[in-house]
Amino acid sequence: METWILTLITFFPVLGTLIILALSRENKEAIRWTAVVTSGLTFLLSLKMLAMFNANVADLQMVIRQPWIRLAGFKIEYYLGVDGLSILLVLLTTLLTPIAILSTWTAIETRVKEFMIFFLLLEVGMVGVFLAQDLLLFYFFWEFSLVPMYVLIGIWGGPRRLYAAIKFFLYTMAGSVFMLLGIIWLGINAGTFSMPELMAQGGIPSHIQTLLFLAFAIGFAVKVPMWPLHSWLPDAHVQAPTAGSVILAGVMLKMGTYGFLRIAISLFPEAATRFAPWMALLAVIGIIYGAAVSFAQKDVKKLVAYSSVSHLGFVVLGLFALSSQGIQGGILQMVNHGLSTGALFLVVGMLYERRHTRDMEDFGGLWTVMPVYGTFALIVTLSSMGLPGLNGFIGEFTILLSAFGSEAIGVPWIAALAATGVILTAIYMLHMYQKLFLGPVDKEENRVLKDLNPREILTLAPILALILCIGLYPKPFFALMAPSAERLAALIQAATLAVR
Amino acid sequence: MYLSEMMQAGGLFQLAPLIIAFPILGMLINIAVGRRMSEKQVGIVASTAVGLSFLIAILQFIALKSVPEGARVMIADWIQVGALDIPWALRVDTLSVTMMLMVAGVSALIHIYAIGYMHRDVRHQGFPERYSKFFVFFNLFVASMMILVSADNMLMMFVGWEGVGLCSYLLIGFWYEKGKDGIGNAIAGKKAFIVNRIGDFGFIVAMFLTFYTFGSLQFEEILRQVAITGEANQGAITAIALFLLLGATGKSAQIPLFVWLPDAMAGPTPVSALIHAATMVTAGIYMITRNSALFNLAPASANLVALVGGTTALFAATIAVGQFDIKKVLAYSTISQLGFMIAAVGMGAYVAGIFHLVTHAFFKALLFLSAGSVIQGIEQGAHDLEGHDEGGHHDFNPQDMRNMGGLRSRMKITYCVYLIGALTLAGIPPLAGFFSKDEILADASHINTMVYVFLVIAAFLTAFYMGRQIFMVFWGKARSDQAAHAKENPPVMTIPLMVLAAGAALGGVLNLPGMHSLNRWLEHTLGHLHVSEFNFTVAGISTALAIAAIGIAWLIYGRKTLEKGEHDPLRRILGPVFVGMENKWWVDEAYEFLFIHPYFILAKFLAWFDIQVIDGAINGLARLYNYLAGFLGRFDMAIIDGAINGLGRLVTIISDSLRGWHRGFARNYALPVVVGVILVMTYFIFR
Repeated sequence: METWILTLITFFPVLGTLIILALSRENKEAIRWTAVVTSGLTFLLSLKMLAMFNANVADLQMVIRQPWIRLAGFKIEYYLGVDGLSILLVLLTTLLTPIAILSTWTAIETRVKEFMIFFLLLEVGMVGVFLAQDLLLFYFFWEFSLVPMYVLIGIWGGPRRLYAAIKFFLYTMAGSVFMLLGIIWLGINAGTFSMPELMAQGGIPSHIQTLLFLAFAIGFAVKVPMWPLHSWLPDAHVQAPTAGSVILAGVMLKMGTYGFLRIAISLFPEAATRFAPWMALLAVIGIIYGAAVSFAQKDVKKLVAYSSVSHLGFVVLGLFALSSQGIQGGILQMVNHGLSTGALFLVVGMLYERRHTRDMEDFGGLWTVMPVYGTFALIVTLSSMGLPGLNGFIGEFTILLSAFGSEAIGVPWIAALAATGVILTAIYMLHMYQKLFLGPVDKEENRVLKDLNPREILTLAPILALILCIGLYPKPFFALMAPSAERLAALIQAATLAVR
Repeated sequence: MYLSEMMQAGGLFQLAPLIIAFPILGMLINIAVGRRMSEKQVGIVASTAVGLSFLIAILQFIALKSVPEGARVMIADWIQVGALDIPWALRVDTLSVTMMLMVAGVSALIHIYAIGYMHRDVRHQGFPERYSKFFVFFNLFVASMMILVSADNMLMMFVGWEGVGLCSYLLIGFWYEKGKDGIGNAIAGKKAFIVNRIGDFGFIVAMFLTFYTFGSLQFEEILRQVAITGEANQGAITAIALFLLLGATGKSAQIPLFVWLPDAMAGPTPVSALIHAATMVTAGIYMITRNSALFNLAPASANLVALVGGTTALFAATIAVGQFDIKKVLAYSTISQLGFMIAAVGMGAYVAGIFHLVTHAFFKALLFLSAGSVIQGIEQGAHDLEGHDEGGHHDFNPQDMRNMGGLRSRMKITYCVYLIGALTLAGIPPLAGFFSKDEILADASHINTMVYVFLVIAAFLTAFYMGRQIFMVFWGKARSDQAAHAKENPPVMTIPLMVLAAGAALGGVLNLPGMHSLNRWLEHTLGHLHVSEFNFTVAGISTALAIAAIGIAWLIYGRKTLEKGEHDPLRRILGPVFVGMENKWWVDEAYEFLFIHPYFILAKFLAWFDIQVIDGAINGLARLYNYLAGFLGRFDMAIIDGAINGLGRLVTIISDSLRGWHRGFARNYALPVVVGVILVMTYFIFR
């Protein structure tokens, strides 16, 4: 079990795709059930992984390491492992996937078979990214996850889906080319693609670290996305079907921040230290810029999309505080954003399914018509705003506190500036809530809207439970990542001391 | 645990978490089954929950009698990450228990009042199904407020701090489809939240500074550290105190962030009484007192606190004079009285500040609830006039004092309690407000002359606008049919009023001159405090001024009361000054012009910039590439193809594969990617 559990989690969804392939395309119900059961079982498997996980250990666990491809002297390995930096992200992925699939029950009616196949393949790619410990394997999963998402947007998306899909694909591709270069350089010069080995070896000369850091950073920055490389995101989000947006915001953006953590920071700690103030600055620009642009939107989905630019700024700020506290805050905020923004996209999707418009002017007073929906949306909105007692606050506070005192960032005012985000976020979030849910019900079409059905409640309930749980008792979540984060922070410290 | 053990102080302290738990329990019950219960049951559940909280607070008080230094009660771990270790823990000491008693006591009375008030209000507004929702929010508020006052560390206090802010938002916008253009109330709630978030920003930065200066956010630990390293960290402490002040100006509605409180009157009247007069808005004063050790070491910041308080007290009092809405007068009065308290704690007169906080909680809650009684009495009158006719007087404003008059005879109980509240607020001896306000004035008179002068003028204006209100509302003849038919409210509303009136009248005994019981009580927590001696000159001056002010108010409004449609006589007397008062000195308009509008423009500009410039650059790049690819394609056809066609068969095969390469790849965007890869790879390999 120890050695096979991660492989099982990664490739279990493939089983679902095989079954779906065998099913008739007319049998939509069976296809949907297969998809939701497969991804649900994958989630259970990942819970098993959580149960097996030893939170006192910093090292990789449940490792499987096999030679995979031998090519011109390069040894590429099938190398999976999980540690405190990745376990929560794996769980986030396996949780959000069945939820996203449940959300398509009535929203996706055309080509259900293909949709579900691609969706399950997407899960394979994402889980693989978080588990891979070999750089080329990582790259393989990274690119692999791109294709299903490209197809999901391109086929089941909105009116400008092709433009959005191609833009998403090319932008990310262009970014990851630099990453591939970095990987090849490492393979040639260090003789291994294994991340743990590279991390243990260290000793990459300073100016090379700079180049490599930049090469990876561009790839990851596009994915996060960091300002000013974010302009694919609003298009992709607005055009993607709801389930696609949920996964895109909930999980795929974290591949970028996770990449920063696992590769750009872990392998090139010196360069990361040198770039920390600049990364922090870009993060703060993203926080403020994203919040302001969000506020100007009329399309509620676009508003949520830009809010991601702002929220992910917090994550990057935390990671580049380069302290154990900042890293843990950053990871927790990845999870928080996955939950809150994932839920926000679900909320917007439920509305779109009923009214086929996302213009905020078309709504108003929905809390009266749909009380359960209004209450759920309120909690999600507040979570996204970082209300203390809910999840977002724990992450934001930890991040800002670490950034404020971070030696790597060096200046406290960057964190203070980032803290103005709490004001700006309240402005656009409350604006959104007011436009949709408050005021009189003055549109005839809105009077007859039905409140959430049991399936919709089921999609939101687990997220709401976690929002409360992390807000009130984050201790176990931090405990899971503490040893790994502390070890990484110590490594960064040692590397920077060596330079001085 | 045996009962005897339980009854010992240590055991009693362990009960403290129940102060938070009971309101949460009440809330959960009403969420779960509130819609299936009768209104009475909902109200009883909510009120009982708060009543039980009050009981626990009394037990804490008893325990403190034998163990005055109090205790720290752990509930659970909370955040443990890196050097940060913050638990859910309560600080039970004389300061927090004073607040608990006040909050739970006043809340319980207002909950009972609200059973009656909301019964009518939900019907008047047309949404009877929202009755239980109101009590859910109300209980949540009490729980949050208890977290705020009992927190053992700054971060947990901040949970309560924003929690009460959330409840305030929800309750201001409780009738979220009402107000100006149907959205006015919702906007008022949003404004309150956002303005408070500006203050919260200050609170957050203060926490950062505190953590890095003292290595902890726990009050006790900070206190210990300040005693050791305080002198050396004076710069940091000054900064912390300034950022905390920003936080206090938000929650306690001081200059420059007071603008949300008047709008907050959009909430149902019990909300105004509980949240926006008695409890939540005093959080800033409590927070400063809780951090008194820091403010003591930062004289510059503390002076600014006193100045902000004094200025606000005076400024808001001038606006209160020019208002016609019965609740707006009280709202500006609240801002002004909070200014008194802020000034007090800024001058280091913490006991005077807390004393006034407690008496104010009673008399201002009393005034708001009585105002609610007036409003509902008039609405009832309007209702009886209309019968069940849905049309009719929809533009009639039951809160406008110009529509009132003559209520003295129609609502006798309300009149009596209102009068007690007004006289207490005006500072007439021996009512509670006289003692608490005078303690502040006495301290100010020998600590800060400017603040003293501001406060004395403010006190004069206070007596004047309360006189004006009493005469306009209750004296003379009714100026509208609705007021002429007004009805007194049922006992569920008037009995809490009487209890509060008793508290307002007798609250002075808490800290009578010469006895200083509150001083001695709070000393256990705040350390040695200077005792402000009763100053006959100061008391004499302020009493004389208050009586004079009421006399002037009588000359203008009482001797000959306002007629229907008549202008306020003060408008004639004061001219443009009155226009300024009436229009709140255009502060909202100035903020709109200086901050809100520019931010809106900036957001619009950035949205434009994002699409045109940032995304435009990417699209431009794509277009450039398309053009280049097209050019290469033509080049390929015309020259390469042409040359190749002339060659032999072997070459044609090669050319085919080449063409495949160019046509297949060059048309999409991957070519530059590949070229880039090769170039950079070449660099790395051959460098």
